[in-house]
Amino acid sequence: MSAAAPTAARGGLRLRGVSKSFGRGDSQVTALGDLDLDVAPGEFVAVVGGSGCGKSTMLTLAAGLETPTTGSIDAGGKVALMFQESTLLPWLTAAGNVELALQLRGVPTAERGALARQLLGRVRLGRHVDKRPHEMSGGMRQRVALARVLAQDAAVVLMDEPLGALDAMTRDQMHDLIEEVWLDAGFSVVFVTHNVREAVRLADRTILMGARPGRIIHEQRIQVPRPRAMESAPCVALAADLTQRLREEVARHDEADYFEI
Amino acid sequence: MTRPTTSRSDVAEPLDPAEEPLADDAAARPARWRRALPILLATGIFLVLWQVVSWSGWKPEYLLPGPTVVLGELARLASEPSFWVALGRTLTRAVVGFALAVAIGTAIGLATARSRLLRSAIGSLVTGLQTMPSVVWFPLAILLMGLGEQAIMFVVVLGAAPSVANGVLTGVDQVPPAYHRLGDVLGARGWTLYRHIIIPAALPSYVAGLSQGWAFAWRSLMAGELLVVIPGAIALGNRLSFAQEFGDAAGLMAYMIVILVVGMLADTAFSAAARRLRERRGLATPAERRA
Repeated sequence: MSAAAPTAARGGLRLRGVSKSFGRGDSQVTALGDLDLDVAPGEFVAVVGGSGCGKSTMLTLAAGLETPTTGSIDAGGKVALMFQESTLLPWLTAAGNVELALQLRGVPTAERGALARQLLGRVRLGRHVDKRPHEMSGGMRQRVALARVLAQDAAVVLMDEPLGALDAMTRDQMHDLIEEVWLDAGFSVVFVTHNVREAVRLADRTILMGARPGRIIHEQRIQVPRPRAMESAPCVALAADLTQRLREEVARHDEADYFEI
Repeated sequence: MTRPTTSRSDVAEPLDPAEEPLADDAAARPARWRRALPILLATGIFLVLWQVVSWSGWKPEYLLPGPTVVLGELARLASEPSFWVALGRTLTRAVVGFALAVAIGTAIGLATARSRLLRSAIGSLVTGLQTMPSVVWFPLAILLMGLGEQAIMFVVVLGAAPSVANGVLTGVDQVPPAYHRLGDVLGARGWTLYRHIIIPAALPSYVAGLSQGWAFAWRSLMAGELLVVIPGAIALGNRLSFAQEFGDAAGLMAYMIVILVVGMLADTAFSAAARRLRERRGLATPAERRA
């Protein structure tokens, strides 16, 4: 059994019979078909799948940015979403970006400054609170985005390939940081990624999605104790297995069709 | 139950190697005089050409005086209180008219951006008005309001407000979809979304609209002061037409220089504001950074 679990688990997410179609009539495309998913409070779930398998659509629905065509979505608390691009507001400093999230959450003015600094300290940006996004590296920007997610005080955090644009070195460090922050805060995470090794490194459970329509085709509980190293034997073995399954799934579709959705 | 992987110390920083940022700052910038040198040079060449044409005898000197004569006349005018009265009145009109145009244009721009109905109703009208030379409004304005301040203000506002409104509209339209999604995720809706995300994001375009609006206001005002002469109210524009009527070429050119300089100063201020805004967001072009 995986040893580390969040201190005070909260959140949880339940999707029942969720589907999403775009367009109408002949041109209708079902991006997601009849999906069931349960994420326990404090659980870290990684979702992998090829392009167009509907994993980003699932997050958009879970975040409430779009409504599902059918089915129901219940989240055990507030939902925050972290994007691949940090989408920090360029006219605000690192602290300003975090403070805006605090303000929109209703934190009183007097408390915002100190709280923003504290959150930026947690993502090791204590010395860079006054930097603007364009003065920071991609990794630093994603750390500010992570601090902003913390500022939202969400119970469910959805991450849409948040490390996709980073180099391998920075990614490794972000894995440690995300894990640390998650263990500390105890929220549920749904982490969408292309990177199988990353999924195995971080998750309590990996979910493999297939395309046309988007659905879950395989689940795997990752019972390697934390702290994990991506290059450790059990992680490598699990990643190899998952990669094999992903390959088979991709091969099942004619490539041209596959990337069409 | 083992706990976190990484050691925690809140200020033990470097997490990634690219930490030290890529800022180029004041030090890298060329000195101010180096920026001013080409301008001074161009002005010098222009003055020399002007003097040469004047000396060539193409027109008699009382019709086309050289720069020394005109600048001398300008200095003489500047020593008269009436010059400052005229300049003051014109600037007051410009500032009041522009301020009104900004208030009206901003309100119309925001309302049009937010309401689909308003946008389809008057969106293209706003753009259309912008292409209409504002002088065209003068006959109607004079007919409705008589030869007075009101007619001038009316045309100045009509000249400038569409540009301002258009700046707002373009700015709001060009806000990246990602910011709208972010607003959704952070729980910002309606006016809150505008206040914290949409309006700041639209600011560079708004400043461009203000700058264009000022240019139109200034042109409309000059046209107005040439056409609408209010007895007893001296202003730059009607000083210009008096100078023409009295065949005072040197005075006429001196006033033209004043009008040019006011326009250039305002433009410099707007450009500087726009550049600062872009620099703060990391959007300055290499040319802007060198400038």
